[in-house]
Amino acid sequence: MADAVALDKVELKLGTKEFRFDCRLPAGAVTAVTGPSGSGKSTLLNLVAGFETPDQGRILIAGEDVTEKHPSERPVSLIFQDNNLFAHLDLATNIGLGISPSLKLSGRDSTAISQALERVGLGGFERRMPGTLSGGERQRAAFARALVRRKPVLLMDEPFAALDPGLRLSMANLLADLHRETGNTVLVVTHDPDEVGRLADHAVFIDHGHVLLQAPTEEFLTRRDIPPLAEFLSG
Amino acid sequence: MLTQTERRRGIGWGLLSLAGVTLFVGIAVAALLSWDAGNTQSRLFTAYTWQILRFTLLQAALSTLLSVVFALPVALALARRPSFPGRIWIIRLMALPMGLPVLIGALGLIGIWGRQGVMNSLLLKLGLEQPVSIYGLSGILLAHVFFNLPLAARLLLAALERLPAEYWLLSSSLGMKPFSVFRFIEWPAARRVIPGITGLIFMLCATSFTLVLVLGGGPAATTLEVAIYQSLRFDFDPPRAIALSLLQIGITALVLIAISLFPAPDDAGITAGRAMRRFDGRTVPARLWDTFAILLATAFLILPLASIVAAGARANLWSLVTSAAFLRAAWTSFAIALSAGLLAVLTSLAIIAAREAVTDMKQPGGTARAFSLSLGAMSSLVLLVPPVVLGTGWFLMLRPFGDVARFAPALVAIINMLMALPFVMRVLAPAVETHRKRTGRLAASLGVSGFSRVWRIDFPVLAKPLFTALSFAMALSLGDLGAVALFGSSDLITLPWLVYSRLSSYRTNDADGLALILGIICLGLTMIGTSGQREAKRG
Amino acid sequence: MRRTILSILAAAAALSLSAPAKAQEKTLTVYTYESFISDWGPGPKVKEAFEKTCACKLNFVGVADGVALLTRLKLEGQGTDADIALGLDTNLISEAKATGLFEPHGLDASAAKVPGNYSDDTFIPYDYGHFAVVYDTQAMKNPPKSLKELVEGDPAQKIAIEDPRTSTPGLGLLLWVKSVYGDKAPEAWAKLRKRVLTVTPGWSEAYGLFTKGEVPMVFSYTTSPAYHMVEEKTDRYQAAPFSEGHYIQIEVAGLLKGAGDKDLAKQFLKFMVSPAFQDVIPTTNWMMPVAKTSAPLPDAFNKLVQPGKTFLMGSDEVARNRQAWIDEWLTAMSMN
Repeated sequence: MADAVALDKVELKLGTKEFRFDCRLPAGAVTAVTGPSGSGKSTLLNLVAGFETPDQGRILIAGEDVTEKHPSERPVSLIFQDNNLFAHLDLATNIGLGISPSLKLSGRDSTAISQALERVGLGGFERRMPGTLSGGERQRAAFARALVRRKPVLLMDEPFAALDPGLRLSMANLLADLHRETGNTVLVVTHDPDEVGRLADHAVFIDHGHVLLQAPTEEFLTRRDIPPLAEFLSG
Repeated sequence: MLTQTERRRGIGWGLLSLAGVTLFVGIAVAALLSWDAGNTQSRLFTAYTWQILRFTLLQAALSTLLSVVFALPVALALARRPSFPGRIWIIRLMALPMGLPVLIGALGLIGIWGRQGVMNSLLLKLGLEQPVSIYGLSGILLAHVFFNLPLAARLLLAALERLPAEYWLLSSSLGMKPFSVFRFIEWPAARRVIPGITGLIFMLCATSFTLVLVLGGGPAATTLEVAIYQSLRFDFDPPRAIALSLLQIGITALVLIAISLFPAPDDAGITAGRAMRRFDGRTVPARLWDTFAILLATAFLILPLASIVAAGARANLWSLVTSAAFLRAAWTSFAIALSAGLLAVLTSLAIIAAREAVTDMKQPGGTARAFSLSLGAMSSLVLLVPPVVLGTGWFLMLRPFGDVARFAPALVAIINMLMALPFVMRVLAPAVETHRKRTGRLAASLGVSGFSRVWRIDFPVLAKPLFTALSFAMALSLGDLGAVALFGSSDLITLPWLVYSRLSSYRTNDADGLALILGIICLGLTMIGTSGQREAKRG
Repeated sequence: MRRTILSILAAAAALSLSAPAKAQEKTLTVYTYESFISDWGPGPKVKEAFEKTCACKLNFVGVADGVALLTRLKLEGQGTDADIALGLDTNLISEAKATGLFEPHGLDASAAKVPGNYSDDTFIPYDYGHFAVVYDTQAMKNPPKSLKELVEGDPAQKIAIEDPRTSTPGLGLLLWVKSVYGDKAPEAWAKLRKRVLTVTPGWSEAYGLFTKGEVPMVFSYTTSPAYHMVEEKTDRYQAAPFSEGHYIQIEVAGLLKGAGDKDLAKQFLKFMVSPAFQDVIPTTNWMMPVAKTSAPLPDAFNKLVQPGKTFLMGSDEVARNRQAWIDEWLTAMSMN
């Protein structure tokens, strides 16, 4: 399996914090990025997404060097914890912006938008405003946008952290379904060991800005020889 | 997170506006300096200069302090009471003093606080023997607070309203007491904007002219601006005028630098954009205090305005409004105000874009940081360049190219734009910053940029602050007499100029009527500027 | 939306480009102050009357006031468009001559007669007024009868005056006090200071305070009451006659060296002292005419104060000492 995402000797200094990432993430798999708070999970994601540029090293997506590329030029979709939708635009427009940033949409695109909404369980919500939706519905809409973008990599930064446990479960199922259908590469930042087990094929553990372990989920959840990981897993 | 193009474009626009403003001011100064006056009074730093410098700083410092200190409780109370009866109208009224020619405001104040004003009549009825006189420092302070407290309150209120709605949920669920709410939520928000507000008001008061002379009671109350005016208009001594202007800019810049040294904490986080609901301040004493603060400020604001209305209502308004002179002046004023307002908004956006581009750089070099700093300094210090210097300089400059009257409207619009720039920046910069924090990453990841971003993402959200800024700038320009008076040609008559010319021909009644109409126009403008607020409540 | 904004901008630009149309016929350009040419000022009537006699176009350019007029001429220098400058006052004449822009008119101006018999080879008077303290009869029963009484009177009875640094009436009061008190002027100012409610930048502000009832006395002109009597039919506001005499303000016009058509310009100066022009002055400019009018003045003008003595300092003397006297005034008025 080719590496979908690679961080090649990436170094970055933010204020007093130093990060050094060197890892390769498998294509077509769901990889969980975990670690204690402040360890650098989101920074890793920001590097891949392009919100941070490394001081040293390279970032590769599907073998292509994207280190100097603007976020919009990288083959990725993004879902944040919150503020995934422009509050003043309806759902169809929000999702349409994922297809064309200048909103030049064909009839087929409109159909795709409706289908994507349907697929995430928001059929008929095209003209609804984000403010009228619940938190779970807003995240579903963000999923719908990721669907229509058809990018090989999906980056998610604690996408379900703001949802209640029941919702988290159903969202995890939705993610799994969608992943089966699209077969894309998913990076999901989470601080919840249960979620790692539920969602991921692989897991990356980060502590103090360094990757301490990269392993398949089963191995990851059973390792006890790395003290920070053991502490993390015991919650 | 900007694309290369966006960053380059931002820097480009910023350079353009920096160069434009610097050239506009520089050319005027150069033209004045190159003019052979022949009668320079060499001695600049006489005891007289020091005395007016001292007085300028003293009255400006006190006026600023009082305006901000009294504005804070008013803004806090208004923020705490989103559904106070008539709140939107109170906020609209707060934009009015800005658009009034200062003399009209001063006459309104005198109608209430003057020797024969309402207050003194009350006091005399209560048995006081002699009327209390406001003339002197107290009168100057009163007038400056009247003009600037509403400005400070509006800017503070805007800062408080930018706080995430979650904060209020949080504070009430944590059971925070009013003082804790103030200490941990309201004060940090206010503290971020207070240095900027203080600087702005200080500059306004330091360059005050008519108010200081009319209410100051005598030449002991004289500001540098008066001396600059005198040296250019009465003595025609350009080198002295320039030297005094530089003194004014230099000293005030020092004060502004001192103010900016107060550390401002980082801006607050993001919000879900939910409608604001406040859960604190439900006790009876809290309600009483807020009602008291709001009503007192409103009365302070509304009484002089009412006295302007009362005086204006005596005029034959209909015949004034339908007169050819009024219609022509109104059209001229409107065209100039709109051009000045649009220019000010566009220039501010250019400056904001450029500073954003510099902030966005990973490691901005010294040049980039200096560029960003000079943009910031320019956008506020430009208020200190006396219009009389700009006007006279440009008159000299353009004279060889034909009748200056042809250029006058454009010049007046640009001078008004420069005056409005610091205000527009105060309104737009924080709004754009908050907006970028909320949407920057999302827009960047989706690749929404250029026109599409402006039209779909930025404009709908920023429309409200943009209109507020535009109406601010237009109101300022509408009420400004200074710039027009320099060119004072029969082809260029604005509304304030019309008011003054009626006054200088004994037609006080007409002047009162015109002032009332001008006030109504400004109120209309602020209604446009605050129109988004009602929609926000519905949404 | 964008189109509307563009069209408004275009309109604004068009506004700024609309230069006065150049007529085929002869034109005479007269620089003056704004209130002279306002709708209710003398300008429109003067223009109409003169154009009837000259087969030409009379073009007024108005600036803020007499001082601004001189500044404007200084700024424009030899290249000025002005043929005639109308509206300087006698205090400015020395400075105006020093610019070298004016030339002697060479006319017989004896028709123009002003108290104190002012005459000049370059400037011709067209109206005059005496400075005076105007008071509100409803607020003041015993107005001062002399400058001395004004200076030494009850400090509770206030007056609004103008600033000599920024206005011509302010300078007028300064010169009046100087004429009467000479070297003792600072002492007089120190006393008068207690009666001064405030010192305004110009006449309009002071007079505004006065008509609003804020102050019972204002420094203005003997002719001010005429306006209230004629236009408002009230004799509530009156000027106080001062026994020492009154300082005079004479408004003059002069011919510029660079005038395009000097004959036409001189024709205007002659017209200026003829009844057709002088008739207009009293009830539009609210000043006294300098020459015969075709009909007697309105009755109100007969009720005005007729000063027994007229003060007028030579403009050279004023130009030489103005700054020193202003400094003296500043010191006296700033004392605590």
